[in-house]
Amino acid sequence: MTFDEGQGYVVLATIAVPLLAALILVFTPGSQKMAVRYISAVTGAILAALSIYIFAAYQVGGDQAQMNLRWTWVENTAFLGENGIALRLAVDGISALLALLTGVVAFAGALASWKIEYRNKDFYILYWILLAGVYGTFFAYDLFFFFFFYELAVMPLYLLIGVWGSTRKEYGAAKLTLMLVGGSVLIWIGIFAVFHQANIGTFDLPSLWAAGQNGTISPTAQKVIFPLMAVGCGVLAALWPFHTWSPDGHMSAPTAVSMVHAGVLMKLGAFGIIRLGIQLLPEGAQFWMPALMVLGTVGAVYGATAALTQRDFKLISGYSSVSHMGYVLMGLATMNTIGITGAVLQMFSHGVMTALVFLMIGALYDQAHTRDMKEFGGLAKVMPLWVIFYAIAGLANVGLPGFSGFTAEFHIFVGTFRTYPVFGALAIFAAALAAAYMLRMFATVFFGPTNPHWKDLKDLTPLERLSGAMLIASIVIMGVWWAPFIDRVGHTVTLLPGVTG
Amino acid sequence: MRDYALFVPEYIACGVALLVIAIELFAPKFRKDVLAYLTALGALAWFGAGLAFLDRDPKSYQGLFLSDDFTSFFRLLAAGIVFVVALMSAEFLKRQRGVDHGEFYGLLLVAGSAMTIMAGATELLTAYLALEVLSFSLYILVGILKRDLRSNEASLKYILLGAFSSALFLYGLSLVYGSAGTSSYAGIAEAYARRDSGLDPAVVVGLMLILAGVGFKVSAAPFHMWAPDAYEGAPLPITAFLSTLSKAAGFALILRLFSSAFVTDAETWRWAFLALAALTMTVGNLIAIQQKNLKRLVAYSSIGQVGYMLITIAALGYGDAQVGLNATSGLLVHLIGYIVTTLALFSALTAAVNRTGSEEIAGLRGLAETQPFLALVVTASLFSFAGLPFFAGFATKLFLLQGATTDETIWVVALAVLNSFISLYYYLMVIRQMYLFDPVGDASRYRVQPVLWGLAAVLLVGILFIGMYPGPAFELSERAARPLFDAASAAAAARVQAH
Repeated sequence: MTFDEGQGYVVLATIAVPLLAALILVFTPGSQKMAVRYISAVTGAILAALSIYIFAAYQVGGDQAQMNLRWTWVENTAFLGENGIALRLAVDGISALLALLTGVVAFAGALASWKIEYRNKDFYILYWILLAGVYGTFFAYDLFFFFFFYELAVMPLYLLIGVWGSTRKEYGAAKLTLMLVGGSVLIWIGIFAVFHQANIGTFDLPSLWAAGQNGTISPTAQKVIFPLMAVGCGVLAALWPFHTWSPDGHMSAPTAVSMVHAGVLMKLGAFGIIRLGIQLLPEGAQFWMPALMVLGTVGAVYGATAALTQRDFKLISGYSSVSHMGYVLMGLATMNTIGITGAVLQMFSHGVMTALVFLMIGALYDQAHTRDMKEFGGLAKVMPLWVIFYAIAGLANVGLPGFSGFTAEFHIFVGTFRTYPVFGALAIFAAALAAAYMLRMFATVFFGPTNPHWKDLKDLTPLERLSGAMLIASIVIMGVWWAPFIDRVGHTVTLLPGVTG
Repeated sequence: MRDYALFVPEYIACGVALLVIAIELFAPKFRKDVLAYLTALGALAWFGAGLAFLDRDPKSYQGLFLSDDFTSFFRLLAAGIVFVVALMSAEFLKRQRGVDHGEFYGLLLVAGSAMTIMAGATELLTAYLALEVLSFSLYILVGILKRDLRSNEASLKYILLGAFSSALFLYGLSLVYGSAGTSSYAGIAEAYARRDSGLDPAVVVGLMLILAGVGFKVSAAPFHMWAPDAYEGAPLPITAFLSTLSKAAGFALILRLFSSAFVTDAETWRWAFLALAALTMTVGNLIAIQQKNLKRLVAYSSIGQVGYMLITIAALGYGDAQVGLNATSGLLVHLIGYIVTTLALFSALTAAVNRTGSEEIAGLRGLAETQPFLALVVTASLFSFAGLPFFAGFATKLFLLQGATTDETIWVVALAVLNSFISLYYYLMVIRQMYLFDPVGDASRYRVQPVLWGLAAVLLVGILFIGMYPGPAFELSERAARPLFDAASAAAAARVQAH
């Protein structure tokens, strides 16, 4: 295992920078709204740069965990044993890709929140705390800190949605928080059970993974604990039937929060299934994965069908997220290299794509104050750039070749057909539904007769263009030059226990 | 040997108590809030003297009282609590008429000293007397707002139920004394270990009565009925005092008593504690959801917290000294976190109530607009109670539950995690009032009295510090827990030799 101290601090910086930004903002006077915005924009830029660096510096084919950093937190106490709890951070191929996603979306979201006037300082404080939690979860190699950061990423959502949201915001915020924390409760119980079963007196994840793989955590126990972990994390990944917070939460959330939430946070759930399910409880994963496949497929088809019947833009995207996260879960459930690789790519692809969609919805809603699809028409004449951006997101959503969605979904479908052909066919059916709701949207909103009521709408602001362009760049790069993405993820996936070629 | 020096810190505390009472008696014109600061200073001196007793070899006072790190831990806690509550009361009592300030502050110090004795007691009657001194101080403190009918009612309920529980406790003690022939903890353990016939019914009844008595003191369900009323009727700082000091004292007594005297009969009482824990946390959290009054909400939430803590006592009855040590240090570290959090919450609430005069949850409406700092402190405290990261409760609850996890207790631990999920719901309802609604009436920002502001700020830092770096608190707890089990293993060794 390489211990690269210098790079280890880069990883730590991704957590420290947003926390530091939050701290600086606490001491910034609330009346200095521009200062708050500039601080946040700079923070976003730094995070994006750090993330790109981590992604680029990750050595393909090297050791599994790279850029290690370990800081002892509590050790040598009676029941935590010699290693106890340590803030151990490291990067593998999966987290390198997801960190890249987080950097891009975080920067784009920070720019998208420029327009917030009401208590914008408080908004950004919570926003950066949330992102510190996201980075921490992706990099944590310690079970305790994994959960710590996971919770840290979930909690600010309550206030972010409750205070700055719209459309039944209190209901959405409360439902989302309670369901997600309910999931955390299951994870927490699972953590107690794992720690107690492994009985090696440490929260160090690699040690616990070893314990899970060599049978120190008995197969029976793994089968009992796995559902706790999978459902607990699955709630955040919009696992059907625990997805119901997702449409409501997305509908209520402010633009940047929708972007970060659908773009990044939901991936924490799927990531948790990899870390706490496949890696920690391989026997349990083998046993339960068919069930996950069923639920994932139901989610994919159900989400697409539900999206087809909605009129609110955000609800369409909320349900389409359920559908796309269903693909991710299907990919994970294949338990073969290509399927899981596809799932991770889909996490990235859906992240940037959905962030772009929510950015566009926000840009429209800020002016029109409605999100009812039926009220619009012919926007291509009024807001051409907006339509182009939205169309790119839509096409990526459908999985058109040349965009990230294609790369990802192709891998998932191939993986699924290998083990579960019937479910593969259903998934493709869901993809066809996605094409249907996207085309319906194109037809009614972008083209058709122009509603004169909207003729004064302004096109995208420079900031929205910048933040949209970054996301589009990510979508296109992954769509046409996917080698760097697949190399990083694929190598890590082959090292996962229980994964077949 | 009569080593009177063991009580030097308590001499200071009680001396200051007499002083403040005397000042009010002989110099009635003296400024009342100076008494509060005098008390706080006394508590500081008491704390300082207590520090000198840390890390010393255990010393016994005639087999009645043992001065070791466990005792010192609770002495420091008591001094800290009295310090904070005295400062908190300074502004609060100014607004109340007809309160005898000298008595108020004097009783705080006396109650704190009683807690030290409860922690150090190694003999049944000493423990009982200390418990009664504490209870009597609290009876008076709860009813100290003489012109407030709710305060009177609360005090009366508390006294009546308290007397009843004392009687149960005392009866339990007498049965134990009768069966063991001695009242010293070590002697009881020895007598019970030597006994070769099966379990004596008198012992079982005695243990259960004692359990009911101490269960009442820490407000474990179903002995919790007094708590919401007493909390609601008491002046706000005393509510803080009740929910920190009286609980800590109860657990201090339980820990030493059950880890030494009754350790041989662990199988008899551990299931009772387990049932008590499961019932207490569920009742506390479920009823808390329905509360409209802040103090009642805190009362039920603290009942829930007691439920979590009781799991450790059940774990104490399982397995060996190692499990007991783990469980006890988990409990002590959670106590630290719980106390700091509760005091932070009450400092902020006192400041808010001083302004609005409303003790309803709805009275906090829009606090994030009118006083964002107080809203932040309240939110941090509630998140800490719920066990969310960054705040003390996350780390300490983890240690508490982790330490208490054994093969047999794991289902209660799972129940505790579920319960802390329920608790998040009603904490969010409070946070919702502060952040999601606009203030009623005057929406302008107001200033908080500097003392309360400073207190809340320091305690907030404490919550964050324990939450992010629990190492020091944890080491302190472990050091405090160790003497209990060193003694236990020594006693076990002695028993083996005696056989």
